[in-house]
Amino acid sequence: MTNTTQTRHIPDRLHSRAARLFKSWEALLFAVAIAIFVVNSFASPYFLNAWNLSDATFNFTEKAMIAFAMALLIISGEIDLSVASIIALASTAMGLAVQYGAGTPELVAIGLTVGLLCGAFNGVFVTILGLPSIVVTIGTMSLFRGISYIILGDDAFRGYPASFSWFGQGYIYWVFTVEMLFFVIIAVVYAVLLHKTNFGRAVYAIGNNPTGALFSGIRVARVKFILFLLTGLMSGVAAICLTSRLGSTRPSIATGMELEVVTMVVLGGVNILGGSGTIPGVVIAAFVMGLVTFGLGLLNVPGIVMSIFIGLLLIGVIALPRLWAMVSAQRKARKIA
Amino acid sequence: MTTHTAPANRSDVSPVVSMDMITKTFPGVTALDRVKLDLYPGQVTALVGENGAGKSTTVKILTGIYQTDGGTIRIDDAPVSFASPNDAAKAGITAIHQETVLFDELSVAENIYIGHAPRTRFGLIDTAAMHAAAAKLLDDIGAPFSSHTQLRDLGIANKHLVAIARALSVDARVVIMDEPTAALSHKEIEELYTLVETLKSQGKAILFISHKFDEIFRIADRFTVFRDGAFVGDGLIADITEDALVTLMVGRSVDQIFPDRAHTPGEEVLKVVGYSHPTEFADITFTLNRGEILGFYGLVGAGRSEFMQSLFGITKPTKGVCRINGEIKIIRSPADAVNNGIVYVPEDRGKQGAVIGLPIFQNITLPSLGRTSSRGFLKLAEEFKLAREYAARLDLRAASLDQDIGNLSGGNQQKVVIAKWLATQPQVIILDEPTKGIDIGSKAAVHKFMAELAAQGLSVIMVSSEIPEVIGMSDRVIVMRDGLIASELSGDELTPETLVRHAAGITTSTEGTAP
Repeated sequence: MTNTTQTRHIPDRLHSRAARLFKSWEALLFAVAIAIFVVNSFASPYFLNAWNLSDATFNFTEKAMIAFAMALLIISGEIDLSVASIIALASTAMGLAVQYGAGTPELVAIGLTVGLLCGAFNGVFVTILGLPSIVVTIGTMSLFRGISYIILGDDAFRGYPASFSWFGQGYIYWVFTVEMLFFVIIAVVYAVLLHKTNFGRAVYAIGNNPTGALFSGIRVARVKFILFLLTGLMSGVAAICLTSRLGSTRPSIATGMELEVVTMVVLGGVNILGGSGTIPGVVIAAFVMGLVTFGLGLLNVPGIVMSIFIGLLLIGVIALPRLWAMVSAQRKARKIA
Repeated sequence: MTTHTAPANRSDVSPVVSMDMITKTFPGVTALDRVKLDLYPGQVTALVGENGAGKSTTVKILTGIYQTDGGTIRIDDAPVSFASPNDAAKAGITAIHQETVLFDELSVAENIYIGHAPRTRFGLIDTAAMHAAAAKLLDDIGAPFSSHTQLRDLGIANKHLVAIARALSVDARVVIMDEPTAALSHKEIEELYTLVETLKSQGKAILFISHKFDEIFRIADRFTVFRDGAFVGDGLIADITEDALVTLMVGRSVDQIFPDRAHTPGEEVLKVVGYSHPTEFADITFTLNRGEILGFYGLVGAGRSEFMQSLFGITKPTKGVCRINGEIKIIRSPADAVNNGIVYVPEDRGKQGAVIGLPIFQNITLPSLGRTSSRGFLKLAEEFKLAREYAARLDLRAASLDQDIGNLSGGNQQKVVIAKWLATQPQVIILDEPTKGIDIGSKAAVHKFMAELAAQGLSVIMVSSEIPEVIGMSDRVIVMRDGLIASELSGDELTPETLVRHAAGITTSTEGTAP
């Protein structure tokens, strides 16, 4: 337009990058991680040991791989509670293939394919039939694991080839495990996908307002379907790592892991209702959960107490900022009055 | 009570409710300016006015949802003030809305008595008594279903009956019916009329809001006309003709200024032939030329928005063809529409237009990411450049481009939504009620901008229920009624009276095709 008389200049941003970073959820979470690290180093003499710390990463690497994909899915306003059952089914399929003499490349292909198929199965019900993902994936959670139970019963598959152990038991260099490498690569890939691509922008738009996103020409169903595929695929990767690490498959493998994955995502600052959250947040949340589990383990705290602690941590980290806001609002109100 | 005598002739009856000098302002808008409205026992008063005349605001004040900024409401000559909907209900005022607020998962009796159910001596709901009372109410109004029916299983007409039963259950003295026939079939409307007669004979004062003149003349005893938030006149229906009422309703004292448009529409850009939908519209055929503003006028429910959303790929038409620049295009999704140069600025800005939660610049670039990115990777600098350009073109007012669009005023949100679409460099822009709910200043800016867009060769479809806007902005106007094109008007035919007549179906000519 040429005849605009005078236009007001609108700045691109009001706050600098540093200011936004400082006020972010990620910064708070990072402080919590440091605090837990420091407390742990004082609480146990075995904590600050490179090999012990390396072992501790197994507490979170497999879960985190799924959590990155789950973060995108939750930001888009959906959820997948069947991820642990996908691990069971993928692991069972791999175990079955071993019985027929499959080698490591075939096993990897099978693990990834089963993951993708399960993701597609969930995705079809949610995006084509329009069913709520929480219901669909609670259903497939029973379905996928149920198939494993039918195939395996009380049995276990063993006899994985020696080369297959590389994924879950191998080391790249010194104390750095193969799983850590996967963790880093997957974190970077998802961070780029969510924060640097058009696809990631569509994920945020859908999570904030699916109708508005549709009315803006975004192919909402397609994006959501891809997210279910990715979550299935990551469950397949986690199944390969976990099966490789354990060296056997039982139908109860990874039981309850879906809630730990969701906990990690939410602790990482992803809004459970969709619309906001970051991958760096989930990375830090993974470390926080890993450090807490490891620290309490060193102190011989039993597993059940550990899960109580994780639960409290989740509620605490989420409630504290809200409480803080309420208190400061009240203080402000008192000042005015 | 002496309500059984012919009410229309009894002008000496004193009103139950009397509103006087009622004023209500919102930021930037005076919705009601010293209006008056009287409601008489045993009589139906029709409140007549265009969209934006202040009818809904009046209803909200009467039902305690809004509080007045000035004036007095009297009930039986005693001044009252309603601080909440509860106060209004206690005073015996109840409303039946277009989309009645009822609970699908509850039974009919529970819906009727929710909030005031009979209790047992233990304080629990006395289900037996509730169903007995509900059954009696339903019987009184001739409802063809039981009090145990789940509300979900009822059609819209029967839901209205439930709402009416609910109104009777609280012993209402004043019943407000806000476009009660909008979603009803012919037969259901007849039944509603019978019911209104019953309510009249019981001495209820009825406020009846409708855009349909045949209804008003069929059922109302009195009328009150508002225009642009001001009282224009009132009286007995028996003393006025349809023509006189239309003139009262649309004749305006202050003419709005619309931009001058010396237009010369170019070649045909869009041609739609026979677009149809199972329920909402049928056989929509028209052409749109380059640089033209084509208005779509009609009553609420005439199927205009539904058709536009179909053209934009949200819903699939059952048949019909759409040609863009002469080529047949099949539009299955909004993404297809955008790729073919058709964009849509929806009426429901908060839900469909803006992605609230995302910053302004991301809203603007959302459909244009293909151009501001390279190989699928975002380029923020390009995005800000595009956002800055279009924010300036639309004279957007905002603290920063990184601000959540949800923090902007309605008018500025609308500018962002329009900017979002202009940035895609479309051929056809569909504006659905573009100035609804935005302040006068922004309105004028949107009008001026529309004229400029058309002058630059963009083809504009404007869906509007505001008569001055339709007449002031459009080159041609298509009037829709009951899902069909009622007429196409241009030039001298474009008068408020013809628009209202064609939209409401009071043509004396051969119009009779509506189902």
